[in-house]
Amino acid sequence: METKSGLFYAKSHEWVQFLDDTTALVGISDHAQHELGDLVFVNLPEAGDVLTAGEMFADVESVKAVSDVYAPVSGTVAEINETLLDEPETINQSAYDAWFVKVENITERGELMDEDEYIAYCETL
Amino acid sequence: MSQYTPHTQTETRDMLAALGLASADELFADVPQSVRLPKEALTHAGLTQMETLQAIESLAAQNKQYTLTLRGAGCYDHFIPPIVPQLANKKEFLSAYTPYQAELSQGILQSIFEYQTLICELTGMDVSNAGVYDFATAAAESAVMCRDRKRTVALVSATAHPDALAVMQTYGFGTGTEVRVVPCKNGHTDLDALQTMLTDDAASLYIQQPNYFGMLEDVPALFGAAKAAGVKCILGANPMTLALLPDGKTLGADIVCGDMQPFGLPMAFGGPHAGFMTCTQALMRRLPGRIVGQTADAQGRRAFVLTLQAREQHIRREKAASNICTNHAHSTLTASIYLTYMGLRGITAVAESCVSKAHYFADALCKTDGVSLRYRGEFFHEFVTDLPDPAAVEAALDTQGILSGLPVEGGMLWCVTEKASKAQLDSAVKLVGEVCAHV
Repeated sequence: METKSGLFYAKSHEWVQFLDDTTALVGISDHAQHELGDLVFVNLPEAGDVLTAGEMFADVESVKAVSDVYAPVSGTVAEINETLLDEPETINQSAYDAWFVKVENITERGELMDEDEYIAYCETL
Repeated sequence: MSQYTPHTQTETRDMLAALGLASADELFADVPQSVRLPKEALTHAGLTQMETLQAIESLAAQNKQYTLTLRGAGCYDHFIPPIVPQLANKKEFLSAYTPYQAELSQGILQSIFEYQTLICELTGMDVSNAGVYDFATAAAESAVMCRDRKRTVALVSATAHPDALAVMQTYGFGTGTEVRVVPCKNGHTDLDALQTMLTDDAASLYIQQPNYFGMLEDVPALFGAAKAAGVKCILGANPMTLALLPDGKTLGADIVCGDMQPFGLPMAFGGPHAGFMTCTQALMRRLPGRIVGQTADAQGRRAFVLTLQAREQHIRREKAASNICTNHAHSTLTASIYLTYMGLRGITAVAESCVSKAHYFADALCKTDGVSLRYRGEFFHEFVTDLPDPAAVEAALDTQGILSGLPVEGGMLWCVTEKASKAQLDSAVKLVGEVCAHV
């Protein structure tokens, strides 16, 4: 399992990279992509959608299952990574480059862990 | 006739002994007498094969057989070439139940794949599912496909079949989709009214072509307005008309749905029909029901699989957009056989014959005093006439073995297919004239 320093992680295996206090990129962790297997489709929100920490905002489909992706922060979607719509396999190849959405006007952070805490958490699973 | 015996007397005795019961009566002691079948019903001696056949034939003899059917309204009297039921009724097809171990049943998967290919060629769309029950289910499932978190309203033209509207409303109740009816003006969808209804929460627009009154809608204008407002476009099409009219792709439809009944399925008291649903690739993951795909097996041979399964309820669980999981597979197969036998040339000839005979009949009818076309515009093989005393017209035609058009308020919704001959149509016109002369 790969992790990346400087990122924050949710228990539901999303990562957050804060660009400044109120802006961040959000994706799913390497652990998550590994557990899901080969991804074939990603359902993303639209720019302007409001995210609420802890609520689902996207879903990912592997050959055998569909899983929800939960918002680690509350804010507004500034941009979506359209590359993922055509090439969902980039999430499997490089989970920390394959951001789902860029969130702005962040008003709330959910319960987030740093890299060491996330590694320790994953070991308990 | 021989009795169907689910278990032998010995097995019954052994099972009762295992339960410590003396008789079956003891087993059912808790079932109230009022809901039990009377003993006599269970001990009926039964009928011989000959008596059974005679009983059924005498029931069948009570059916009214019409020599000419001038009624459509969602169910159409087309000629069914004998080869269609001959092939469809092969026992391999009749006995095949839904394939739970789908990939073991390559035959039924191939038949579904062939059907999907045929209907996609006809509608011009990218993807088809294995079919649903009928046009009304197809319309309702299509509206649900278009609903999303922000757009929750389904717009339906008042010119759509009332059954489609009713089933859409039922589905809407369950999925939290509000159905709003776009008004009808002079037998067509009111474009001006539609313009005011294309709000930010409108998800889809359903237009039936030809519409319930038989009229051809200005689909490019209606869909153009909807598209400009970000509303998805659903075309409810009579597939026979697609032989002559522009297909869904040309019209910019996101979904084309409808009913396969005109393709080799008997009217048979209105069922079973077979609904079809086709869509663009962009909407493929929203398409409900089964989809069969083509692949190659481990030895590189052509093989068929159920594909995109993650959409379906057994995997997606409560988040699935639809809980439909079955279809009228045998009806769909029958329609595929009809289409394969007729070919595009065959159904084009049928469609042209329908248009020609319907227009001949309309012209002839409207020469009668008191009979006139209710709506101005182009129609396919159905049209509404104003008419004095529709009930008297229906009764007069009935005595001559002719099923009249569908009586509507102050008039009649007529349908003429390729089965009607000129002589039959002339005699129907004469009968209508006689009734009208006496009103």
